Amino acid sequence: MSRRYDSRTTIFSPEGRLYQVEYALEAISHAGTSIGILAKDGIVLAAERKVTSKLLEQDTSAEKLYTINGNMICAVAGLNSDASILVNYARVYSQDYLKLYNEDISCEQLVRRVCDLKQGYTQHGGLRPFGVSFIYAGWDPLYGFQLYQSNPSGNYGGWKATSVGANNATAQTLLKQDYKDDCTLQEAGELAMKVLSKTMDATTLTSEKVEFATVGKDKEGKVYCHLWKPAEIDLLLKKFGLAKKVEDEDDE
Amino acid sequence: MDVILGITTEKEVIVITSRAAVRGVSILKTDDDKTRVVAPHTLLAYTGEAGDTVQFAEYIQANIQLHEMRNTTELSPPAITSFIRTQLATSLRSRKPYNVNVLVAGFDTATDKPELNWIDYLASRVKVPYAAHGYAAYYTLSLLDRWHRTDLTLAEGLEVADMCIAELKKRLPIDFKGVEIKVVDKDGVRTEKVTE
Repeated sequence: MSRRYDSRTTIFSPEGRLYQVEYALEAISHAGTSIGILAKDGIVLAAERKVTSKLLEQDTSAEKLYTINGNMICAVAGLNSDASILVNYARVYSQDYLKLYNEDISCEQLVRRVCDLKQGYTQHGGLRPFGVSFIYAGWDPLYGFQLYQSNPSGNYGGWKATSVGANNATAQTLLKQDYKDDCTLQEAGELAMKVLSKTMDATTLTSEKVEFATVGKDKEGKVYCHLWKPAEIDLLLKKFGLAKKVEDEDDE
Repeated sequence: MDVILGITTEKEVIVITSRAAVRGVSILKTDDDKTRVVAPHTLLAYTGEAGDTVQFAEYIQANIQLHEMRNTTELSPPAITSFIRTQLATSLRSRKPYNVNVLVAGFDTATDKPELNWIDYLASRVKVPYAAHGYAAYYTLSLLDRWHRTDLTLAEGLEVADMCIAELKKRLPIDFKGVEIKVVDKDGVRTEKVTE
């Protein structure tokens, strides 16, 4: 029955739905989980990597976390090839803005711009919408640290803590339970890893399966965006006691 | 032979523009305003080729207003100045460039400081404590070199402005029909005084 409406993004079904957009959302709910948490002194992004292999070069292949500009990073859930198009668009747009105004683009402005592009694909232009949800973490002088989430329909919203991808309902519940309004970056990082360890299939976390990034301010008050290296992530996991089991296995 | 002049004081920028609109040897009008308010805290003063000036100023004004409507925030004076410079630089490399020289007077609410920028039709941009375009610069810069201080009060600034205007009246061969004196400060843009 719905086949006639399925194949076109531009056409409503009789129930008033856009199937292609819903299918895109469905595709995202099978992707690895990404989590973002806003702390008082920064933001944490953590994401589950789906492609893991001993042969994979970890240092050079980011799957989920990308830098957009000096003030902003994002986590991806969905089709990676679609995501890289949008990430590139966001990077180019933020540099264009910098060139024109000699000032960094504000977070919401950039998020809105990318969302406008996504919306366009639900109405005209391409054959299908972008199968990507983003979590954006950034800082600007206007509103300080900010966390946004967007989806294929072109909607976006600001969040204190949010998740996208597989098991995002579970993750959301856990976040709602454990989130504290005045948590520090450290606590937020721990919470993100804890939630991720519960939503992932694997019982133990390793740098092979997890990507981690923070936005914060250094001692001089300068904003930094840091995508953590595998070695740093392993250290962090050890500190939070989430990597213990791996060591035990190694000992045996 | 338009006069446009900008002087920063401690808490504001004073902008002085002549009121005569001249074509060839005739004065067409004696209450011309050579400025546009582009944002609540940014004033653009311009001279140059007759048609180009207003066209360019209003193009900038419209674009800044559009940006503000879209993003619900005011652009800072430095951002607006960069935007204007980029527009002039692009125009310069087009088939028919704008022949416009401007002063951008602003009050940056983020840093709480007044700011004056000098930009010419070649899109050179300089942030300066005081500035003038055209012939007015020959007669006033020496006075400003002597009397300008960064900690001037508004009253002192206006006094320096009056000295400059007196000198211009004395030296310029054509009457410029008085000036409009505008002030940009933390409360925005206002007309301080209009002389005949």
